Amino acid sequence: MPSLSIDVANVTVAYPNGHTALRDASFHLHQGVIAALVGINGSGKSTLFKSLMGFVKPVAGTISIAGNTVEQARKLKLVAYVPQSEEVDWTFPVSVWDVVMMGRYGHMNFLRIASAEDKRIVNESLARVGMTDFRDRQIGELSGGQKKRVFLARALAQNGQIILLDEPFTGVDVTTEEAIIALLRSLRDEGRIILVSTHNLGSVPEFCDHVVLVNRTVLAAGPLEEVFTEDNLNRAFGGVLRQFHFEQSTIQDHDGKTVKLVTDDERPLVFGKGGHLEYKDRQGREDLVEKRQKEAGE
Amino acid sequence: MNWLDPLRYSFMTEALMVSALVGTVCAVFSCYLVLKGWSLMGDAISHAVLPGVVVAYLVGIPLPVGAFAAGLLCATATGWIKASTRIKEDTVMGIVFTGMFAFGLVLFTKVETDAHLSHILFGNILGIERDDLIQTVIAAVVTLGIVLAMRKDLMLFCFDTAHARAIGLNTTMLHYVLLALLSGTIVASMQAVGIILVVAMLVTPGCTARLLTDRFDRMLILATASSVIASCLGVYVSFFVNGATGACIVLAQALLFAAAFLWHQRRRSRFSV
Repeated sequence: MPSLSIDVANVTVAYPNGHTALRDASFHLHQGVIAALVGINGSGKSTLFKSLMGFVKPVAGTISIAGNTVEQARKLKLVAYVPQSEEVDWTFPVSVWDVVMMGRYGHMNFLRIASAEDKRIVNESLARVGMTDFRDRQIGELSGGQKKRVFLARALAQNGQIILLDEPFTGVDVTTEEAIIALLRSLRDEGRIILVSTHNLGSVPEFCDHVVLVNRTVLAAGPLEEVFTEDNLNRAFGGVLRQFHFEQSTIQDHDGKTVKLVTDDERPLVFGKGGHLEYKDRQGREDLVEKRQKEAGE
Repeated sequence: MNWLDPLRYSFMTEALMVSALVGTVCAVFSCYLVLKGWSLMGDAISHAVLPGVVVAYLVGIPLPVGAFAAGLLCATATGWIKASTRIKEDTVMGIVFTGMFAFGLVLFTKVETDAHLSHILFGNILGIERDDLIQTVIAAVVTLGIVLAMRKDLMLFCFDTAHARAIGLNTTMLHYVLLALLSGTIVASMQAVGIILVVAMLVTPGCTARLLTDRFDRMLILATASSVIASCLGVYVSFFVNGATGACIVLAQALLFAAAFLWHQRRRSRFSV
């Protein structure tokens, strides 16, 4: 198999009712990357997901997944999907174990009888997301973060090399969010492609390497630093973004350095002076800190 | 009259066995129907089979064949109208099935020369004829076999269609398989309870079991148990009340559901503070 990649070239998707959800969209993702799919509701994020999974067929353009067509990729079970919490019927009478086992169905014979190997993989997947102790729980009895982890475990059990996550951090507390991010990073380091659909801008710089900005087409795609600029975001979101400009605010500049930012559930996205991205912590970004210091010294 | 009297008659033991079989098919399938949220579809198709039965009678082919075809016609017509208009599915269903049922009634009154057809409306398991018995058993065994063989795929289809598609299952095919199985289940239970009450057989066992457990495998077992008990009890009681077997079965189903509901409420109040 050629090395893992997603190539979307000039894809246009139109629904039977005549609505064109996506026009002439192109982007490329290579293996070992966490990419954010960012855009407002109705911008075509879910249409893009559906095209990658083969649920809708583009009327123009091509999608290639590791050199395969979408249909072939589906047969190879390359693409795993972690649904949005709202899409799941949490009252359904299945246990955590049952759900993760569903990841193996595509690998089983017609009667879907689990082999010892299937069970081993399910156990391993559960252990990896730290949900082994909850294996016999009915899925509705879990917290928001636990629910997410179960479906991530299912994607792992499926052995999906490309994992699509839809709004993974809604209804998840900050600690769990960080645990999930750590897990996504380790999956990336194994060479998988993680594509996360989100409108939570603030969390994007914290865990994504790549960004695909969509608004009825792909506006920009590439490394985070290049794509996640104020200009691009304004193009993607238009007037929807709430902005707070410190230089225009009533905050008094007492000591020349005071910046305070408090938000509710979603992380704030912070651009420093000069429009560069600001991160939550310095750890792992020493070179960036150095660069900024140099800029300040000049 | 002795309470064991019914068992002395061969038509009674036969009826008990057939109703247990029909109860099993309905119970297993009802678990999927309830979880998929297709109860109204069950009601629709069960009514829509009537014109198929009458036409089959006129043409001289086995009634289940006509019923099955009409059931599928109702489901596909509903799907087609919904896809090409803005009308919601439940509304389309309401129009299609009442239209087909009415058409069946008109045909039915026109050709009523044989009491046979009224058995389709209300069921007649105690007086079931040899041919009908064989057809019922075939429909039941085939439907049950397919449901059991495909039970995991169908469960996944009901739970998470997107994942089913993502791992390469043909969900369009599964959709039609489920519809065909629904028609098959209705055909199998037609003789026992009649098409007017058959929806109870399709919905109640699954709901009863759903109240008692939150695991799918246990749900299948509990649904089957409650359905078989209700079916046999209904046949047994109808011996003493002289008929209305279908109604007796459905009434027993409802009573079991009520019992499960009471148990569920009591357990809930005990666990919640």
